[in-house]
Amino acid sequence: MTFTVPPELEAELNELVTHYPQKRSASLMFLHAIQEHFGHISPEAVDYIARKLDLKPINVWELVTFYPMFRQHPAGRFQFKVCRTLSCALGGSHKLYHHLCEKFGLDPHQHGLQTTADGRFSVEFVECLASCGTAPVMMCNEEFHQGVSNEKADSIIAQCPSK
Amino acid sequence: MSTATANDPKPAQPPVETLRIKIDGREVEVPKLMPDASGRLQPTTMLQACAVAGIEVPHYCYHPKLPVAGNCRMCLIEFGTPMIGPDRKPVLNEDGTPKIARSVLPYEPTTPRGAIACATPISPGMELYPGSAATRQMRESVLESLLINHPLDCPICDQAGECKLQEYSVEHGQATSRFVETKVHKPKQVDLGPRIMLDDERCVLCTRCIRFTRDIVGDDALGIVNRGSYNTIAAYPGAKFDNNYTLNTVDLCPVGALTSKDFRFQMRVWFMKETRSLCTGCATGCNILIGSREEKVLRYEPRQNDAVNACWMCDTGRLNYKWIGREDRLIEVRSFRSGARSWSGTLHEVAESLKTAAPGSVAIIASARQSNEELYLLKKLATHLGAVTDSIAREGEGDKLLVNEDRNPNSNGARLTGIAFTEMGIQVPKIADGIRAGRIRTLIVFGEDVTRHGIDAELLGKLQTLIVSDILPNETTRRAHYLLPGCAHAEKRGTFVNAKGRLQRFLKAVEPRGDARPEAEFLQELLADLGIAGGTASPTSFEGLFNQMAREIPAFAGLEWSRIGDLGVNVPI
Ligand code: SF4
Ligand code: SF4
Ligand code: FES
Ligand code: FES
Repeated sequence: MTFTVPPELEAELNELVTHYPQKRSASLMFLHAIQEHFGHISPEAVDYIARKLDLKPINVWELVTFYPMFRQHPAGRFQFKVCRTLSCALGGSHKLYHHLCEKFGLDPHQHGLQTTADGRFSVEFVECLASCGTAPVMMCNEEFHQGVSNEKADSIIAQCPSK
Repeated sequence: MSTATANDPKPAQPPVETLRIKIDGREVEVPKLMPDASGRLQPTTMLQACAVAGIEVPHYCYHPKLPVAGNCRMCLIEFGTPMIGPDRKPVLNEDGTPKIARSVLPYEPTTPRGAIACATPISPGMELYPGSAATRQMRESVLESLLINHPLDCPICDQAGECKLQEYSVEHGQATSRFVETKVHKPKQVDLGPRIMLDDERCVLCTRCIRFTRDIVGDDALGIVNRGSYNTIAAYPGAKFDNNYTLNTVDLCPVGALTSKDFRFQMRVWFMKETRSLCTGCATGCNILIGSREEKVLRYEPRQNDAVNACWMCDTGRLNYKWIGREDRLIEVRSFRSGARSWSGTLHEVAESLKTAAPGSVAIIASARQSNEELYLLKKLATHLGAVTDSIAREGEGDKLLVNEDRNPNSNGARLTGIAFTEMGIQVPKIADGIRAGRIRTLIVFGEDVTRHGIDAELLGKLQTLIVSDILPNETTRRAHYLLPGCAHAEKRGTFVNAKGRLQRFLKAVEPRGDARPEAEFLQELLADLGIAGGTASPTSFEGLFNQMAREIPAFAGLEWSRIGDLGVNVPI
């Protein structure tokens, strides 16, 4: 797989550098932009960022491995983020997470993001999504869902287009 | 300047400004500013002040030659500062002494608050309590948390015996562990680079290795990946930690995380003898400690000398010791003329042959890997015989940190003793011509394979007499009429003058094998046989030889063996 940064993204990155007194400070924003575009941070992306910011790949790699929001592998087409912080935990987020995992044939005891073999669905626990009064809450890609019962989850999944 | 100085030349220093503080109740006066890792004067830290007072504050991440990181918290100490009243005047006790406010947690005024001694500057009137109960408790807590995920398998750890975690645990640790949870397991036997093996479970994340390679070597190769208790030292996946200074991280690592592939599990360190010596790899002359056991050299480690190598040495130099124990070392003294196999017989034959040599028919090629003392004796021999002398230049690539492009350890010694000229090796082609023309009939070679430097085997065949001393066999030693087995520097004493003109001494770590003898010893006997002043039939003390040389060589004037010290002295070059 070749790693090519389209001109628009490159322009966005170049602009980001100008926000900071030191190039290195743009590392995190670069990672966000790259992940947004490519869906994950590949080793080629790490090399690219390091070159662009006059860093060594290890400097970028430290960030990628530190922040759980950066993915080293592509996620599924539909990504479910289930809140596990206190209110949602009390409101049944673990039950919801288990339900999703079972439905997708994933291991509910494994740590971190999991993706189905066909690459359609990913599930992961995240921290507070700032809607604690309507627990349990989750996101499917950029869509926000509140008070998610198992049934509600099933209908959300059913609405995911198959193509 | 013609005399040697025992100290570095220093510009006249302004008087040092000092501060008065108290350490564990004792008044001490310490400089207000002290050099940091880069040598710049900075406000004196608590740790430096304690060191001035002779008190060691336990530490992991702090290293005097590295930028301060302040991450391990091992150096926490309790302290107090003079109280200031609302009128901005010092508050006094009844006896008139300043009242000290011990530092406490703001929301918990009965709990002492420590400061990290490595990164906290002192201020006038401050009191430090490195010996207090509160300080002790802080250390215990820090150690306890460092040991949470530590495997505690010291009996099979290569660092045992020189481990700071072990040492501090004895002094400040608790006998039992309160940790009942499962330890985090991290990668073991990580192949970090060609010379380094990492055990991440033993790492205390002090970042000394990261700072060294980034800030001293300029190769930002290491980092900390992952988060929280999964923090792990690593190189970038697929990249190798492979600069010429990687092994210094093994010395710097306060625990058994970074190990030398060459040395790991070779020897328990407490069985080793340590000898102060020098690296012979280049003209920098890094100060080293030779670790040996039962007459076998097992490792080199750098020895601190701020005038030469600070605390470091290059990997090439450090691993350049295996040849000393090579199986094919020359260990037999031989006269291939008479078949004599004793030192006295062979040396006497050599002397007889030199006595009959016509003036001007002898040439000497010595090595700039030899000591000053040996070169000095060879020069005496040359003067007596009217022989032309030189040695062989050895060039390589230098770097910015330590490695010198001159790969001979004693080129300046060869020049100062008069064996070689400014341009080393300039006489060698002339010597070759002399042999070809039949003018030079006798060649004396010490420690060089001249067949690789313009005097080939065929030319050697034209000689009437070829006298060779060396350590390992080569094309020149194979053609010798007289073969005098010599010693590696680790097997004898001597001095070198490095590229910057620092005269330094090396001491004997191991015994030579077989007939091999220190060259200075048998050269003195040979000189005696030839009736040359300064030769002696039974070599006098080595100290005596050095002092005699110092009296005769202007650059060494005023020096004595006993005054060189472990760190050497500067001589004019
Ligand atoms: S490997 Fe050693 S030197 Fe490096 S951070 Fe860990 S303990 Fe410190
Ligand atoms: S820099 Fe030179 S003297 Fe120092 S360790 Fe390396 S080879 Fe030896
Ligand atoms: S705890 Fe789930 S949204 Fe805040
Ligand atoms: S020595 Fe590590 S914090 Fe001071």
